[in-house]
Amino acid sequence: MNIETRDSDGIILVSLSGEVDLSHSAGLRKRLMELMFERRDVVVDLSAVTYVDSSGIAGLVEAYQMARKNNTRFVLAALSDPVRRVLQLARLDRVFTITDSAEAALKG
Amino acid sequence: MAGRSSQSGEFSIEVTDLDTHYGDRQILHRVNLQVRKGEIMVIMGGSGSGKTTLLNHLLGLLSPSSGNVRILGEDLGRLTPMQRQMLRTRTGVAFQSGALFSSMSIGDNIALPLREHTDLDETTIGIMTRLKLEVVSLAGFENLMPAELSGGMIKRAALARAIVMDPELLFCDEPSAGLDPVVASSIDDLILRLRDAMGMSIVVVTHDLDSTFKIADRICVLDRGKVLALDTVEAIRASTDLRIQNLLNRRTEDAELDPDAYLRRLLGDASKPQDGARRT
Repeated sequence: MNIETRDSDGIILVSLSGEVDLSHSAGLRKRLMELMFERRDVVVDLSAVTYVDSSGIAGLVEAYQMARKNNTRFVLAALSDPVRRVLQLARLDRVFTITDSAEAALKG
Repeated sequence: MAGRSSQSGEFSIEVTDLDTHYGDRQILHRVNLQVRKGEIMVIMGGSGSGKTTLLNHLLGLLSPSSGNVRILGEDLGRLTPMQRQMLRTRTGVAFQSGALFSSMSIGDNIALPLREHTDLDETTIGIMTRLKLEVVSLAGFENLMPAELSGGMIKRAALARAIVMDPELLFCDEPSAGLDPVVASSIDDLILRLRDAMGMSIVVVTHDLDSTFKIADRICVLDRGKVLALDTVEAIRASTDLRIQNLLNRRTEDAELDPDAYLRRLLGDASKPQDGARRT
């Protein structure tokens, strides 16, 4: 898994790629929690994620819950098919704020 | 499945020329079986067909008399204890009885593999556990004890525990046995969704025909310890083999009867084969 972050007019774009599994999810959680503690608006681009397991999904859930408490934005963007299928399995596609593209999320 | 780098090769399971004996009695005869990645393989057969013995081999609980079993590319006969432990984290098993710990809550039962095999923080473990409870439609039941659940709920909780580590390979032993048709069907649907969403390879051992035809990509029919057929649902349904048709139509088959052997069994003398000279 690779994590890249960049600031786009005050919104942090987190771009994930590769496999988000047990061996990487702790790193993802740590990065997302740092951003949540800084009360940043965050868009997570998932277009290049080839596999995500439930430990990766757990990190996204925890960050989303914290964003809601902080009243900041936390958006999942450009879901790859593997990510979409896993979110649908747990019906989380009805919970997260999801956009078709990172650009749309950054504009919104 | 869409990419797990730990996976290599075409098959999740490769069984080659597997023989098994219980004492002098041969249970499995030259069993060959390959399970492709991302497919649901149903192993079916009547009582005594050897399907449970085969499952125990796939789980590494039995050692072959001869032949070998490869799981996720690993030869079970050559694994060190550490490698065997590693392999267990990549597989999940939902046992027929559920095999939940009666002294632990449902949530703790499901979280157990994560606590044993990972160093994830408790917040993540909690979310993962509740996610799986959502997936098996047991949301909100995490604090109940196993004794407080119905049979169908126990099966679903066992399935949640089996998938909590997101295994590459899942084994389900009689997942719908003893359940009413509606609950059984919901478990079938769940197994299909796990294959489609997670790309799991799934081996289901069952004698439930409705379930078999609903979920199987391929079926392995065992009969008296031998693979009678290994094919798609359509091909098995269309088979003209009388033993398969009997199985599908739930017809019993008259076993061949050796009158002499039968009498010896009744007289409690089966261990002493007798020749004609003694039969006077």
